[in-house]
This record gives sequence, structure tokens and C-alpha cells, in this order.
Amino acid sequence: MPSLPPIERDVVKRAEKAPASGAFDEPEAEEPSANPLEDGYYDYLLRLGDDALILGQRLSEWCGHAPSVEVDLSLANMALDLIGQATHILDHANNGYGDELAFERDVLDFRNCWLVEQPNGDFARTMVRQLLYSTWQHMLFEQLAESPDPFLRAIAAKAVKEVAYHRELAGEWTIRLGDGTEESATRMRDALDWCWRFVPELFEVDEKLKALIALQMVPDPRSFEREYRAAIADVLVEAKLEQPDDQRPILGGRRGHHSEHLGHLLAVMQYLPRTYPDATW
Amino acid sequence: MSSDWPLWEVFVRAKGGLAHRHVGSVHAPDQKLALRHARDTYTRRLEGVSLWVVKSTDIVASDPEEAGPLFEPAEDKIYRHPTFYDIPDEVKHI
Repeated sequence: MPSLPPIERDVVKRAEKAPASGAFDEPEAEEPSANPLEDGYYDYLLRLGDDALILGQRLSEWCGHAPSVEVDLSLANMALDLIGQATHILDHANNGYGDELAFERDVLDFRNCWLVEQPNGDFARTMVRQLLYSTWQHMLFEQLAESPDPFLRAIAAKAVKEVAYHRELAGEWTIRLGDGTEESATRMRDALDWCWRFVPELFEVDEKLKALIALQMVPDPRSFEREYRAAIADVLVEAKLEQPDDQRPILGGRRGHHSEHLGHLLAVMQYLPRTYPDATW
Repeated sequence: MSSDWPLWEVFVRAKGGLAHRHVGSVHAPDQKLALRHARDTYTRRLEGVSLWVVKSTDIVASDPEEAGPLFEPAEDKIYRHPTFYDIPDEVKHI
């Protein structure tokens, strides 16, 4: 009978040897690509498309479970906006076959950020996640709507209105829950603590992104980081919530490193087309 | 939760020039969110270009018991309908 590998007793010693920056912080060296620009553009489409797809899937999990029928519709509307964006972007990335990208990739091939794959938690956490993401997406798309790339320009110009609404709605709820009851304020503080460490990833610029920025094809997210932080701070002040201390950032989603939660999300999202590949409806 | 919130009546203007029409109601904690809920509930399919919400308790309604004195006297006053003159052909949209 094959035996299991021995249990290592020196876990602490090994942990000490681990790099202080953490396993996911630094991008790993990649083999040079034959066509870096095309690869970079493709990767950028996946980042945008996967963000929208995964957040849309997360929001759709609320369907039938929201605090009221009106909020249920608000969340479903947002989910549909995002899945619509994802459909356009992933279709463009894969010559009209976005479904292949959505349903036939596994965790390591997804390029979404960590924030959007975080579980819904309670309504407070869903709203904080939405505020942090939609504010970023709104500022990004405002600039992306000026891109020389006709596809990016068109999708951003169309989606920016949807995203502006998501940002507004999440802001309204943040203010009401933060400045609501003792319980709602506590839940909002917990939600902020949970989500805050995923914000720096939104402003990370790696080599692939740097190349597209250099061509002025896409905006440099760092150009609106200050504006972003100020916008979030404004909402938090009105919500009577304190901005959490900056935590050790968690990076890597853009390179395929994800939390365990993404696998569970994909298991649900991909179950049907993987089990019944010919299903149509 | 939503039963704790006040009820708001929703009015939608389908397009410029038309009057706002009552389409239903939503629960919401305050005015701003009532508008958002109305938007998310009643204008998802391009139904309108403008929204009004009014707190249901702010609407003054006639008493159904008074329907007789209020409305029945109009029943035999057909001369109040503008049907007793010919409309010239040149006049459109009437």
C-alpha cells in the first residue's frame, strides 16, 4: 500500500524561510512572447471581461435572496449589466466565442482581480465590494472611452453609464448602512476590513499593462488613484465610517493567482455547459 | 425589511410631451432610494424618460362611499362631451 508523505514537523522553520513579501506579491518571470503587443491586448481584454463576468455571477447569486424585492431587482440589473459587458468583451477577445472563455477555462486562466471574486457575505459586504469596484471601473471607463482602439472606446462609452449607476447606488447604500443602526454600521466596518486589502491590486501596473499604457492605448490606473481614494473617502465620511488602515495588499489575480473562492464560483457557473456541452436554450 | 419601509407610488413619463402615468408602487427607506427602486423596477425595458415618486400617504384619495354624489351626476350630461360640432378636415390630431 502506498504510504502518504510524512507530515513535516518543521512548518514554522519553513515559514521563516519563505520570502517576507509573500508568495503572490511579485510577478513571476514569464517566457518572452513572440508577439507581446497582441498578447498584452488579449490579456487586457481578459482582465476587463473576467472582472465583469465574475462580479456579475457573484451579484446574480443574490437573485431571490435580497433583503427586499426592490433590492433584488437592483442587484439583478447590475448583474445583467456586467454580464452584458463581459459578453461583448470576451466575444471580442475570442472571435465571437466568448462562451468558450467563460465556461471552458479553469481558475488559473482567469484574469479578474481578487476583489470581484470575494464571496457576497452579507448585504453590507456586497455593497462595499460594489462601491470599491464600480468607482474604479467608472474612472477607468471614462478614460478608456477616449482610447484610440475602436473596440475599447465603444465598449467603454456604452458601459460607462451603467457603471456610473452602479457606483451611485452602492454609494447610497454605503451611506445609509454606515450611518444607519449600530448593527448596520458594525457590518459595514467588517465589510470594509474584508475588502480593503484588495484595493491596491486595482492600481497595479505590470509589464503587460505597461506596454499598452506606453502606446496610450489604455489608461494608467495610477493616474486616477488619488482621485479614487478621495472619492471613496468622501463616501465614507458621509457614511460616518472610518477608512480602514492600509493592510498588506493581496495581488496576483491578473496573473492567475486567485483565492479559493473563485474555484467554487466557477464550479457553479460552469456546471451546466460542462456537463451538457450541447445544451441550448 | 421592505415592509418596514414606506410605500411610494411611481409615475413614469413614457416620452417627452406625454403626461406621467401611474405604473405601480415600491417600498423604499427614503426619497432618493425610492427613485432608484422605481428606476430598477419600472424602467428596465425602456419604459420611460422621467420618473416621479410620491409617498403613498401623501396622496389624498376620494372616498369610495361618496362615489354616488361625486360621479353619478355627470352620467346624464352628455352635452359636456365635445361631440356636437363638425371638425374641419384640416384639423389633425383630435
